[in-house]
Amino acid sequence: MSYILDQLYRTLIVDKRYMLLLEGLKNTLIIASCATAIGVAIGLLVAIVKVTAQNNRKWYMVVLDKICSFYVTVIRGTPVVVQLLIMNGSIMAAVNAELLVAILTFGINSGAYVAEIIRAGIMAVDKGQAEAGRSLGLTQSMTMKLIVLPQAVKNILPALGNEFIALLKETSVAGYIAIRDLTKAGDNIFSRVVNSTPLYIVAIIYLVLVMGLSYLLKLFERRLAKSDHR
Amino acid sequence: MITVKNLEKTFDKNMVLKGINEEIAQGEKVVIVGPSGSGKSTFLRCLNLLETPTKGEIWFEGKNITDPRTNINELRQKMGMVFQHFNLFPHLTVLENITLAPIKLELQSEQQAEENAYRLLKRIGLEDKAKTYPNQLSGGQKQRIAIVRALAMNPKVMLFDEPTSALDPEMVGEVLELMKELANEGMTMVVVTHEMGFAREVATRVLFMDQGVIMEQNTPEQFFANPHNPRLQDFLSKVL
Repeated sequence: MSYILDQLYRTLIVDKRYMLLLEGLKNTLIIASCATAIGVAIGLLVAIVKVTAQNNRKWYMVVLDKICSFYVTVIRGTPVVVQLLIMNGSIMAAVNAELLVAILTFGINSGAYVAEIIRAGIMAVDKGQAEAGRSLGLTQSMTMKLIVLPQAVKNILPALGNEFIALLKETSVAGYIAIRDLTKAGDNIFSRVVNSTPLYIVAIIYLVLVMGLSYLLKLFERRLAKSDHR
Repeated sequence: MITVKNLEKTFDKNMVLKGINEEIAQGEKVVIVGPSGSGKSTFLRCLNLLETPTKGEIWFEGKNITDPRTNINELRQKMGMVFQHFNLFPHLTVLENITLAPIKLELQSEQQAEENAYRLLKRIGLEDKAKTYPNQLSGGQKQRIAIVRALAMNPKVMLFDEPTSALDPEMVGEVLELMKELANEGMTMVVVTHEMGFAREVATRVLFMDQGVIMEQNTPEQFFANPHNPRLQDFLSKVL
């Protein structure tokens, strides 16, 4: 028992090492939440383009559709670490803000996965719903916004929750571009105390974050289900 | 009111409508019957452009609606449509289902739309269901609400696409009754249905469609008593 306490003391208290963990946690949360927002925005846009392009074959829709397909293919086909290194070392090499680079990389990366999730969710909404909306004189965008998307959210949410969780954990590779995220902070402490305790602590923090996120998603899902029964 | 000129519709390589010419006057109740796959639903869905015609023209109130410059959404506000599977919006309450389009299209204020919706719900005896969700209703109730949802837009024509085909038999009557009331009030109606009794009783004209064309049409009396086309004779012998 005193051994464990001693390890905790050396990991957290000595040299105020808990500050490292807090800083890492802060960076991880910033990257994950901003990237999630960007990912959802990009994903929604790409999904709507792809769904619209199925019925609307005007030349600009075809071009947009091609661009979106290319984006999804490239992003899903390459590792996120490689994307991160390319962003940092080449595309955004002039930008001296690693946190921003990480946010954009993870956001763009997540967008490709979110796009497919949302697209599938939209496709799963009965075609008659959109027809009913259009037959009342609602425009295509109104129908999408007021009728299709609210129903699609229910189909999308479980898969989207998985994506949020995956994204949160994926940010642990941010250390590759000299960001002190939660993982990197644990690793820093590990190299000083030469003991695995900080790594276990980091693992537990991730676990708690994911469990909290799952709980919130479940609450949200339950609220959306209110029109299903009663 | 509606004029259809040489309408053709092809899905991939399958020609579903092979040149339809038809004139529907204000106040008419046109009932379209025919075997499945005859193109009657496709014809109906072309009238409000849920299907884009491959060839031909459709005129509504003196406007060529097949012209790409025509505002489809404005046109559809004047044409109510009722679907086989109701297509109520499951994420909205009954009241919201009815008021959504009039409010969002800024045709009525929220208060006006709600008053109107309650008046319509009262008419079908379902005002106590205003705040419930569609999933808690029976099929007959859903379809009657779908009908008043279309009526809330004050349409000039109502299109019915097999409105009773997805209903349990004991619920068919209440829906047909509402449709009869509408007919008696002078609503122009185009109805695709398998309900021959309804056709006989309510229609001013019955069309028989088969293989993508209108094979025969007549007043309901003549249509059922004195069919000429052998295909129609065969069809009637099976359904009556």
